[in-house]
Amino acid sequence: MLRFLLSRLAVLIPTFLGVSIIAFSFIRLLPGDPVALMAGERVMSPERHAEISRQLGYDRPLVIQYLDYLGGIVTGDLGNSIVTKRPILGEFFTLFPATLELSLCAIFFAVLLGIPAGIIAAVKRGSFFDQSVMGVALVGYSMPIFWWGLLLIILFSGVLQWTPVSGRISLLFFFPPVTGFMLIDSLLSGQAGAFRSALSHLVLPTIVLGTVPLAVIARQTRSAMLEVLGEDYVRTARAKGLAPGRVIGLHALRNALIPVITTIGLQVGVLMAGAILTETIFSWPGIGKWMVDSVFRRDYPVIQGGLLIIAAIIMLVNLTVDLLYGLINPRIRHN
Amino acid sequence: MTDTALTDTDAADRIAQSNRRARRAMLAEFWHYFSENRGALIGLVVFSILVVAAVLAPLIAPHSPNAQIRDATLLPPVWAEGGRATFLLGTDAVGRDMFSRLLYGARFSLFIGIVVVAISLTGGIVLGLIAGFFRGWIDTFIMRIMDVILAFPSLLLALVLVAVLGPGLMNAMIAIALVLQPHFVRLTRAAVLTERSKDYVVSARVAGAGPIRLMLRTILPNCLAPLIVQATLSFSSAILDAAALGFLGMGAQPPTPEWGTMLAEAREFILRAWWVVTFPGLAILITVLAINLVGDGLRDALDPKLKRS
Repeated sequence: MLRFLLSRLAVLIPTFLGVSIIAFSFIRLLPGDPVALMAGERVMSPERHAEISRQLGYDRPLVIQYLDYLGGIVTGDLGNSIVTKRPILGEFFTLFPATLELSLCAIFFAVLLGIPAGIIAAVKRGSFFDQSVMGVALVGYSMPIFWWGLLLIILFSGVLQWTPVSGRISLLFFFPPVTGFMLIDSLLSGQAGAFRSALSHLVLPTIVLGTVPLAVIARQTRSAMLEVLGEDYVRTARAKGLAPGRVIGLHALRNALIPVITTIGLQVGVLMAGAILTETIFSWPGIGKWMVDSVFRRDYPVIQGGLLIIAAIIMLVNLTVDLLYGLINPRIRHN
Repeated sequence: MTDTALTDTDAADRIAQSNRRARRAMLAEFWHYFSENRGALIGLVVFSILVVAAVLAPLIAPHSPNAQIRDATLLPPVWAEGGRATFLLGTDAVGRDMFSRLLYGARFSLFIGIVVVAISLTGGIVLGLIAGFFRGWIDTFIMRIMDVILAFPSLLLALVLVAVLGPGLMNAMIAIALVLQPHFVRLTRAAVLTERSKDYVVSARVAGAGPIRLMLRTILPNCLAPLIVQATLSFSSAILDAAALGFLGMGAQPPTPEWGTMLAEAREFILRAWWVVTFPGLAILITVLAINLVGDGLRDALDPKLKRS
């Protein structure tokens, strides 16, 4: 297992260095001079320009600048936002819980619906239910989620007036963040109606962000189940006279879930990409909206830092999934 | 082929003929499996209609996509109350005909799909062939770069690339092509690795084929099946991602009738005029769905491992 971990790390570390080079060179790739770009329309005296250049270290050789940047990453210093002047890592940690809460809800939504739907579809292969599930999954997989979000807003916020259009909680409620998770904080605050408000703000974004993972998980569960149901040991279990529920639940499902778990792990990237759109539609104050806003504000250090952190998170989650997979399935780690 | 022992033209003809027959048999087998899949057929029909609509857009569209008709702003579709017969799907906030814009939008979406797939397929095949054929440091180097690209969520990387290159349709297409690249490289490389040690490749090498001929004429045609499937799926992701970038304001710029850009412009009317929001998104969904259906059908028909009885 240790060797497996080391072999994974041997791939991961160069990849991370590559990611850091991309994040680093991104500002330098911009056409024109970064300081002038940051200044935007404002006029800047040559002295001020040189001063900022020196402050940001742009006057030194590129290799030194890169090593300096790497050093910053190691010590957790990703620089400051141009717009808010606050440290980027600090801003990230303030906004990250919102994205994490939304992503967790979305993946729970996807798993809770997708796995049972996939199992039933596989067991009743060819049935009307199977065809409907696969049809819906294909639509979900092809869905432009930014449009899906707008449709849900039209229906539930516009016509039915059930849910709010944007934000994480009604402005009527205010309490200091404890965990950063609005559902938990609203309960902790003890204010009547706060939890309900937080929940109603969360419903639509959860559905929107969870749609693509739901479709992928349902499809993957179905095909994994179908494969396992054709295996000899399932036939043996059936021949022994075990109850169908026991065969499916115990013998088949446990083996079918292994690839499904990998699929769930791979959804982190999908969730982060989806968060960009979902958070923009619902004005959800998380990482996705932060990145989009920074692109529009030309807050290049934030884009640079955000890119790096998000890639690091995805790589870490993928590593964890790989390790879990190796733990469950010894064949993988000896390969 | 004719330059070896086959000086007899009859024999050459016979071989050419049997080659043609074999190719026709392969196509027939492929079509047999593909046409068994009802979803794939529906997808193909819908996609063909879209292509025809896109090509004939100037002939079909009742209005110019950018003509602003002053007395017809935010008109509902023809079947709703207040709709007018000349505006089949209603008009947008500045009085442009939705139906005409959607038709022209189909041109953009298909164009995006074609350009993006062409760029990433070509790049992917070249890099994948080089990596798989030569192995060694160049393989490691190419694959590590692909790993780095895959470490980012595709839309985020595309968004940032567009921020660097500047917003616009062309830059959005370049960014998306770059982001989709690794899948083609990996597929090509994997296929090359399995093919290159097979007997027919070895015999071609022994017969004196050079590396370029080995790569392009001998190995590549046998790696095409997974690449075709991936190209189809990338076609739909390209359309989705380009629409997403357009929606975020970083893709095609207004007044281009690109579907995602149209949605972005329609956002503020979301609670007042459902049609300006509904139709562009529906167009994206139908297009992507049709292509994905075709992709699933192609995969089932081309991949012998998945071929079920």
